Amino acid sequence: MEDMSLTERAVTTDDIKITARNVQVHYGDTHAIKDVDVDILDKTVTAFIGPSGCGKSTFLRCLNRMNDTIDICRVEGDIKLDGEDIYDKRVDPVQLRAKVGMVFQKPNPFPKSIYDNVAYGPKIHGLTKNKAELDQVVEDSLRKAALWNEVKDRLHAPGTGLSGGQQQRLCIARAVATSPEVLLMDEPCSALDPIATAQVEELIDELRANFSVVIVTHSMQQAARVSQKTAFFHLGNLVEYDDTDKIFTNPSDSRTESYITGRIG
Amino acid sequence: MSEHILSAFDRDLEAVQALVVKMGGLVEEQILESARALEVRDLELAEQIRARDRAVDELEEKINEEAARLIALRAPAARDLRMALSVIKISASLERVGDYAKNIAKRTQVLSDGPQISGTATAIRRMAGTTEAMLKDALDAYIQRDPKLAADVRERDLEVDQMYNALFREFLTYMMEDPRNITPCMHLHFIAKNIERMGDHATTIAEQVIYLVTGEMPEDARPKSSSVM
Amino acid sequence: MSDATQHGAGQPATRSLHHLDARTKRRNASEKRFKALGIGAIGIGLAFLVILLVTIVSNGATAFQQTFVEVPVYLGAAKLDKKGNRDPEDLKKATTFTYKPLIEQSLLDAVEKSGATTDLAKAKDMKNLISASAASQVRDAVLADPSIIGTTVDFKILASSRVDSYLKGRVHRDEIAKDKNITVAQLDLVDQLRDAGIIHKGFNWAFIFGADASDSRAEQAGIGISMLGSFYMMLVVLVLALPIGVAASIYLEEFAPKNRITDLIEVNISNLAAVPSIVFGILGLAVFIQFAHLPQSAPLVGGLVLTLMTLPTIIISTRAALKAVPPSIRDAALGVGASKMQSVFHHVLPLAMPGILTGTIIGLAQALGETAPLLLIGMVGYIATNSPDGFLDGFVSPNSAMPAQIYEWAKRADPAFYERAWGGIIILLIFLLGMNIIAIILRRKFERRW
Repeated sequence: MEDMSLTERAVTTDDIKITARNVQVHYGDTHAIKDVDVDILDKTVTAFIGPSGCGKSTFLRCLNRMNDTIDICRVEGDIKLDGEDIYDKRVDPVQLRAKVGMVFQKPNPFPKSIYDNVAYGPKIHGLTKNKAELDQVVEDSLRKAALWNEVKDRLHAPGTGLSGGQQQRLCIARAVATSPEVLLMDEPCSALDPIATAQVEELIDELRANFSVVIVTHSMQQAARVSQKTAFFHLGNLVEYDDTDKIFTNPSDSRTESYITGRIG
Repeated sequence: MSEHILSAFDRDLEAVQALVVKMGGLVEEQILESARALEVRDLELAEQIRARDRAVDELEEKINEEAARLIALRAPAARDLRMALSVIKISASLERVGDYAKNIAKRTQVLSDGPQISGTATAIRRMAGTTEAMLKDALDAYIQRDPKLAADVRERDLEVDQMYNALFREFLTYMMEDPRNITPCMHLHFIAKNIERMGDHATTIAEQVIYLVTGEMPEDARPKSSSVM
Repeated sequence: MSDATQHGAGQPATRSLHHLDARTKRRNASEKRFKALGIGAIGIGLAFLVILLVTIVSNGATAFQQTFVEVPVYLGAAKLDKKGNRDPEDLKKATTFTYKPLIEQSLLDAVEKSGATTDLAKAKDMKNLISASAASQVRDAVLADPSIIGTTVDFKILASSRVDSYLKGRVHRDEIAKDKNITVAQLDLVDQLRDAGIIHKGFNWAFIFGADASDSRAEQAGIGISMLGSFYMMLVVLVLALPIGVAASIYLEEFAPKNRITDLIEVNISNLAAVPSIVFGILGLAVFIQFAHLPQSAPLVGGLVLTLMTLPTIIISTRAALKAVPPSIRDAALGVGASKMQSVFHHVLPLAMPGILTGTIIGLAQALGETAPLLLIGMVGYIATNSPDGFLDGFVSPNSAMPAQIYEWAKRADPAFYERAWGGIIILLIFLLGMNIIAIILRRKFERRW
């Protein structure tokens, strides 16, 4: 059992990055998230799975306060990043989002050059002192996103001219450029073909070395492939949260089992 | 457990399970027939048993193909994945049981030339009957997803082991009485050993049923009688 | 299994695809009818457009041609400079009435020299052939350069509007009897002078750049000054409406909370776009002129009124352009930690720019063609004849606008004004076309950036 390929997949740390306790989200009159408690580990890929409308994306967007942009959305409960309440009055969501980066479902590069896309975050947060430093950050980020070799000769070409998979990796590079501690990914591969998906998945696995990655996915296979921890959401409840191997071979809750085996009920 | 949203998945699972049941029925028959052929020294029946083993082998191949297809095309998870895996293991066990039955038939043909060892053939048949019942219950437990029955089968392996131990001592006595008995007794001993192994395979199948239903292999050691060796 | 076989019972097992059933035929026929209807509608629309353009061009094209009389005028010192000292102050004392006989006499001399056969032998008979503006034209030349007094100078003076209209085929000989402005004998002479090359047609630059003129000298009227008025108004509209409209739209679309008050504002903006323009006119009269005491007839006031009128259009089109920017771009910006304002100004606004510019230019074009509100603030009654004294003066000095000028001409009797009204419409249409082309070019340019 101590085979290399098996130990590699195991959770490597017990450091908790994000603690959520008793989280409730209301959209107007709809109770979208009910009593969610979860501990997200550092340097671990955590997958949120569940049927459409189960609240997994909503909960993900609570973690960097992207729900703030929606007027009718109300978040209650405690969400702590490294022990600090992110919904505290003193927290500016702008600073929070530099620490908790996000990658979206559809690749959404800015209609600017590849360079400007990556440089945007560091620029607005004033992370670099001069052009040389900025160049370095852009290169590092693109390398981390496994895109550098493909785009190094055309950094000033438009980001929208890349292929779908490259665009998504560019978005990841853009998120990585602000040196976040947590990366949230909202169905990052749903618009990509299988090869591009595989590249992004490989990238996610590499990112685990430096970040805590939380990924929402519709593809259970993807959750199984990339994550070490899996949370199953159903009708706004967190039904089961466990090691990915456990969830996919022998889940404890019958709702989880029905969902992952594709059964009615 | 409710049905799959994709009904073709259900049909595939049912089809492969039907093959396992069919194979199980065939193997059970092989066990009983081989014991009977030994008892009544029916060479023709022994020949038939040897020929029928090919059908068992073919079924095993078919089940493995189906299971591989299921894994490749349906990407099963959890219970479905355990089902696909257990099907492969169960068919492998059944195939081994079939091989033992064939081996018994082969030895029956050799034994028919030699002297009769009184009483032993009947004892072997009883042992085969018990083993067959174990296998039948293991397969029933499989069909009904009944871990209790499977656990029961596991317990009963002890019985077969004890029967084997008794026969072993009996054969030793015969061989010491008369060296001419050595050849038939050696053959009979191997037959008894084969049946004991069949019991082990029935136990393996029962364990697969427990794994299939609960998701965990039984952790306590198999019940074992003190070894004769 | 048996279900499937029973399902098709009573019908032939297979039907040929080569044979259309009645239902399909009906469907195809109705589709064809609909297509024909659509083509018909477009055809009628195109026909009206062609009729409109042909009418405008055929009526207005002649306004760009004008009849001139080339005549050498002897500037006798005896009459123009009685004291003989060439003092500009004294020269100014000679009015156009002094110049008139000189020109008429010169023309008569030219007629005689050309060998035309006519009964007209008096200098006064030439009066109806030349424009009333001729005298001031010659006087201006003399005052500008007194040294030409005593010499004979070639002048290219305007023919009278009757002569112009006659040569353009607008005045017919059988109508002359009723017209006291010109006689048949004079028309005969015009024909001969034209053959002699003394009277000829040329391009009418004065129409494009000149000022309006009184009824007595219709041939001199031009649209230039009112074009300037329109230009100043558009400048005011652009400078005020674009920033205010865009700022309001951005606030409403991106920042304002969605509640009753913003809903109310939204509904009101939509309604404002549908308010008749004359209502804005009376608002302008009440607020800008009677309350704020801004000068009447000033392009500044006209521009303010048109700004009010254009704002809803700009706000609506800007909001539509902002809405059309995919939300994923906003998410992307917020996701890397941009503030709301940064996400709007760095990403959303540049993407919405082509739409905003298109809306703005269309709003401007609408304002350019607007007459009704100008009626109420006095930009139609007053027709300026002089260009403003300076750039800034242009905002407050009384002026008109192109559509008001056209309206004014259309009211007047002289056929020269009639053709100028059509000609003015051609210029107005060219402006609108130009603005639309600019809108398209801007849109293309911004869209093609990526």
